Amino acid sequence: MRVASHAVAGPLVEARALTKRFGSFVAVDRVDFAIAPGEAFGFLGPNGAGKTSTMRMIGCVSPRTDGDLRVLGMDPARDGARIRARLGVVPQEDNLDTELTVWDNMQIYGRYFDLPRPVIRERATELLDFVQLGDRRASRVDPLSGGMKRRLTIARALINQPELLLLDEPTTGLDPQARHLLWDRLYQLKRAGVTLVLTTHYMDEAEQLCDRLVIMDEARIVAEGSPRDLIAAHVTREVVEVRFDGTPDSHVLAEKLRPLGQRSEVLADRVLIYTTDGDATAREVSSNGLSAESVLVRRASLEDVFLTLTGRTLED
Amino acid sequence: MAASPMLRVVEREARVYARLWRGLAFSTFVQPALYLAAMGLGLGSLVNAHTGSVHGLDYLDFVAPGLLVASSMQLACSESLWPVLGGVKWMRNFYGVVATPIRPSELFGGWVLWTALRSMLGATAFLLVAAVLGAVSSPWGVFAIGAAGLCAAAFCALLSAFAVTQETDLSFPMIMRLGVLPLFLFSGTFFPISQLPTALQRLALISPLWHGVALARSFTTGDIWLPAIAAHVAFLSGCIVVGALAGVRTFTRRLSA
Repeated sequence: MRVASHAVAGPLVEARALTKRFGSFVAVDRVDFAIAPGEAFGFLGPNGAGKTSTMRMIGCVSPRTDGDLRVLGMDPARDGARIRARLGVVPQEDNLDTELTVWDNMQIYGRYFDLPRPVIRERATELLDFVQLGDRRASRVDPLSGGMKRRLTIARALINQPELLLLDEPTTGLDPQARHLLWDRLYQLKRAGVTLVLTTHYMDEAEQLCDRLVIMDEARIVAEGSPRDLIAAHVTREVVEVRFDGTPDSHVLAEKLRPLGQRSEVLADRVLIYTTDGDATAREVSSNGLSAESVLVRRASLEDVFLTLTGRTLED
Repeated sequence: MAASPMLRVVEREARVYARLWRGLAFSTFVQPALYLAAMGLGLGSLVNAHTGSVHGLDYLDFVAPGLLVASSMQLACSESLWPVLGGVKWMRNFYGVVATPIRPSELFGGWVLWTALRSMLGATAFLLVAAVLGAVSSPWGVFAIGAAGLCAAAFCALLSAFAVTQETDLSFPMIMRLGVLPLFLFSGTFFPISQLPTALQRLALISPLWHGVALARSFTTGDIWLPAIAAHVAFLSGCIVVGALAGVRTFTRRLSA
């Protein structure tokens, strides 16, 4: 994979008090972040947290309402077209050209960037091989599977050798196999030095791909750091998940469980106990006379960080 | 708005058109032949026998430029409604376009330009068939292609500016039936607007199609009177400007909010 060299010194994207309002609705509320060259940076949060609005502002297809934003050292309000020439965008909803073949999608998209035809042909061949669609180039877009369309969208977004690749919910709606294939391709890009910016509401995706991420909730950034740092800072190393038969009174339960770990969260279908020693806590739960249906010890994840910070799960 | 991004948009449309070219070419020539045979020759012989001529013209000569521009208008209108809504709603490919250096305003401009070019392609075929049937009596007739393009651009600019604001296509059949069809019938296409009641005559004067038809007719018949030509061109250009001002706003609002 050939990648554009980073011509910009300092962060590729820098936002200060960045705000987006639609009428009286505040979609993004005074967020600050900076994305360094070569980094895989994530926006993690539930649907409606403001991730896509932030992404569209970075992609220079949505003007900011307030605050400051610099992309590749330029101002999107003034240099939108010049910035977009150096970005690759993989949107949440596929917007491939279904009236054209796989190959023609690559050709036409390259032409939108004003690239010469021989250059497009060379890159398209290489990129379609990279996303494992080399043998589908004569195919129409419609019959492709969801995973194939996503991969084609990624190949298309790389036709201008972007310095920054923006991916909005790249694996939403894909089956597990297609997700893993996509993650593998993105990981390859990351290793090749492409700066990735992605939004996701899957904590495993954020953990797999992101060097650093911000957690967004209700238009605000509530935490920032590497996945490991966020877990260390906000939750214990291990979590005990307890499920019960029937529906016991959650408050009574929480009272009973509290002395066992540092902290607990009572969810609709299970109780989470945050603890430094999961096995010990699990044994205590069993010996405490609580009629648990199942007890599971696992490592703490970003899901737990989100739950701790917001009191809600990412899937809400 | 820069020229090069608009041409990239035209290039995409041309590539789609090229794939369908064989199927479209047949209908491009057959449709005018059918129209001219039915209206010009069939109905025309009746008209000629009854009234002698229309405005001093054989009926075929009268109706041919009318049908030429009217069919351009029809093509332009349907191309400006469903495909534009599809670009933002169904296929959503317009969002893919504006993620590149191409701006929404340039996408709009390219769309209007392409629709005008495609209409001129159809008008060329129409003119050839009409010429073969003897309905073009002046070498000025080739400029009728330009009249068709201008008229198509006017309708495309106005209608695509509207279509991009829509969430469903519910209003489109209504526009075609209650807007486009009456224009098709009453804009001096099949009979002079002097046949209309006075109130409707005034209304016809602001129909872009009437200006397009009158322009094309003066070219195919060689009845060249510069002030009239200038007035028709000015009116159609005015429609394009109004449509463009609206379209730049609506495309930008829809695609980069």
